[in-house]
Amino acid sequence: MTGTANDPVDVLIIGGGASGAAVAWSLADTRMRILCLEQGDWVKPTEFPTTGRDWEARQYGDFSVSPNRRGLPEDYPINEDESPIKIANFNGVGGGTILYAGHFPRLHPSDFRVRSLDGVADDWPISYETLEPYYAQNDEMTGVAGLEGDPAYPPKSVQMPPLPLGRTGAMLGGAMNTLGWHWWPSDAAINTQTYDDRAPCINLGHCLHGCAQGAKSSTDGSYWPKAIRARVELRTRCRVRRIETDSDRMATGAHYVDPDGVERFQPAAIVIVACNGVGTPRLLLNSASEQFPEGLANSSGLVGKNLMFHPYGQIRGYFDRKLDAYRGPRIGAWSMEFYETDASRGFVRGYCYQFSRGLGPVSTATAGMADGLIPWGEGHHAGFRRLFEHSAGMVSICEDLPEEINRVTLDPQLTDSDGIPAPKITYRLGENSQKMLDHSIARATEILKTAGAREITVKSPMPSAGWHLLGTARMGLDPQRSVVNDWGRSHDVRNLFIVDGSVFVTAGGVNPTSTIQAIALYVADQIKARLHNLFD
Amino acid sequence: MTKVTASAFDDVQRETLRAIAAAMIPPCRESGLPGADDPAIIGDILASAGRDTAALVGVLDALHSAAGGNLDALRSAEHGSVLATFRAENPALAGVLELVIAQCYYRDDRVLLIIGMEPRPPFPKGYEIEEGDWSLLDPVRARGKIYRDADDGRAS
Repeated sequence: MTGTANDPVDVLIIGGGASGAAVAWSLADTRMRILCLEQGDWVKPTEFPTTGRDWEARQYGDFSVSPNRRGLPEDYPINEDESPIKIANFNGVGGGTILYAGHFPRLHPSDFRVRSLDGVADDWPISYETLEPYYAQNDEMTGVAGLEGDPAYPPKSVQMPPLPLGRTGAMLGGAMNTLGWHWWPSDAAINTQTYDDRAPCINLGHCLHGCAQGAKSSTDGSYWPKAIRARVELRTRCRVRRIETDSDRMATGAHYVDPDGVERFQPAAIVIVACNGVGTPRLLLNSASEQFPEGLANSSGLVGKNLMFHPYGQIRGYFDRKLDAYRGPRIGAWSMEFYETDASRGFVRGYCYQFSRGLGPVSTATAGMADGLIPWGEGHHAGFRRLFEHSAGMVSICEDLPEEINRVTLDPQLTDSDGIPAPKITYRLGENSQKMLDHSIARATEILKTAGAREITVKSPMPSAGWHLLGTARMGLDPQRSVVNDWGRSHDVRNLFIVDGSVFVTAGGVNPTSTIQAIALYVADQIKARLHNLFD
Repeated sequence: MTKVTASAFDDVQRETLRAIAAAMIPPCRESGLPGADDPAIIGDILASAGRDTAALVGVLDALHSAAGGNLDALRSAEHGSVLATFRAENPALAGVLELVIAQCYYRDDRVLLIIGMEPRPPFPKGYEIEEGDWSLLDPVRARGKIYRDADDGRAS
């Protein structure tokens, strides 16, 4: 493949989202020439839905979490026909942090020792203690609101007071106390006071579709400004087609399509992939060559395999009392009561609850009609009044175990607008995950009834909840059973690194962004510490 | 921003939509709420169907056909009606109708004021919510550590 060649750089980072931003910022102090290619663009906060009267409608448009629904030029299509859980992502500077909820838990110490403790899956080659300094560094960069002392975690610090409990948190917290179950204010990547020149939250309530206030910490506002000031170059609307290698089995750079549609080649001494659990295997598989016929870095055959989502159960209750509704961040508190393995439950591993506030009027009406609680016709208005401002609930975030049958491959027909083969998802819910989901629904129903819910609705698994894309280029010490080593370097290509969710060995049962970023910072530190013999 | 899509619909489809919207969300004399067939709301729906335009056109054509071209047959959502049967048999397509109609109905100024909302975007004014009483966490604190140590796996 040919293309206009650019000046070489020391480090090429592919992807400007959660992990790409973190690794770029951390490496900047080396004074190496660092370039990041991002297929999307900067997003202007003035364009986020909450700036308009049609704020709810726009969650189904350009700010939908589904790339297939958005269909924007920077999006690539995904064949998800063979998966009950559909992909959620965002392509742009900040990546998934633009549309995440800002729920910011860490993995737990036991998550890194799954095989040793519970006899399933594999242990990670690193531990909670390995990542702890990077979790802390990432929290400082991100700005985390929370309350210290959560008995579900080893001691850790936060930067700001927690998000307000609101009527919803007080009601659900009271129910948890009645049941004697753990709950705690969530660690949130949402400012409760001015932090790092970013304004505090004003309870816009629509965090999942972009924060116009800038109170939700996304990497376009946290890491990127600092990385760019430290002379990292970020080129937007540049879509990487493939990574190139030479006869020494070293990466030489990447072919990409620039904003004018011109094919270019970017030479680099180090290539870092940060495209997350679907984009990363897609790129590696698209980089197959004579030397790497099964895809780049794929001598193990595991690139794309072991895809883990977090199957979500959504449980919503409707109450007589008036609650927070559309006001305030959707998140607020979590429960780790059922996080650690208890064999008596009939499954291993566990899940967390992420408690959630209510809905705006459009979502109340559409959810109510879909659930049969708001009729069409004469009863519509009475049905709406019963639900609007009277709902609260939770999602259960269930740990998925790695199974090779769950995978990302290249679709034989589907391509993006530049003709690059698109990914295909093949996924089915494992037996352990299904039992866990069922357990979480039953316990959540108990919680909501204890809180006084008069009606309860359930979605399990939530179909549009493929936010967390993990495991498709797993980390490990054995090159036959993993794609990257214990510091993120490809076993096969000595100057190729992966820093995103694809390196997860197991998924844990919490939102992964803080761990993804901690890994990116950890790998960056490993690179810096080994610069003199990085390619040995 | 919302794309203007009104030109995608012919007169029959517009009248079909009007009938369905009235059946889904009729006016309420008691509260003063308009029906979803209010001219301003119908205009908004037609202009802002966006990514759902093609699906909506398909649903309207299918329902017009199911009603034998008789729009009066689409003015009721009662059990046994054309609309009720369609909803039961095509929940995903019914969901398209519910979304395109509700997303415009529930942003109309008159509707928002009656249901108790200010007719404004959330930003920049935002909203207030109650801080809460953190002493609620006392029982959780009292219970103590619940995570497992990774070295021996024993829960405390």
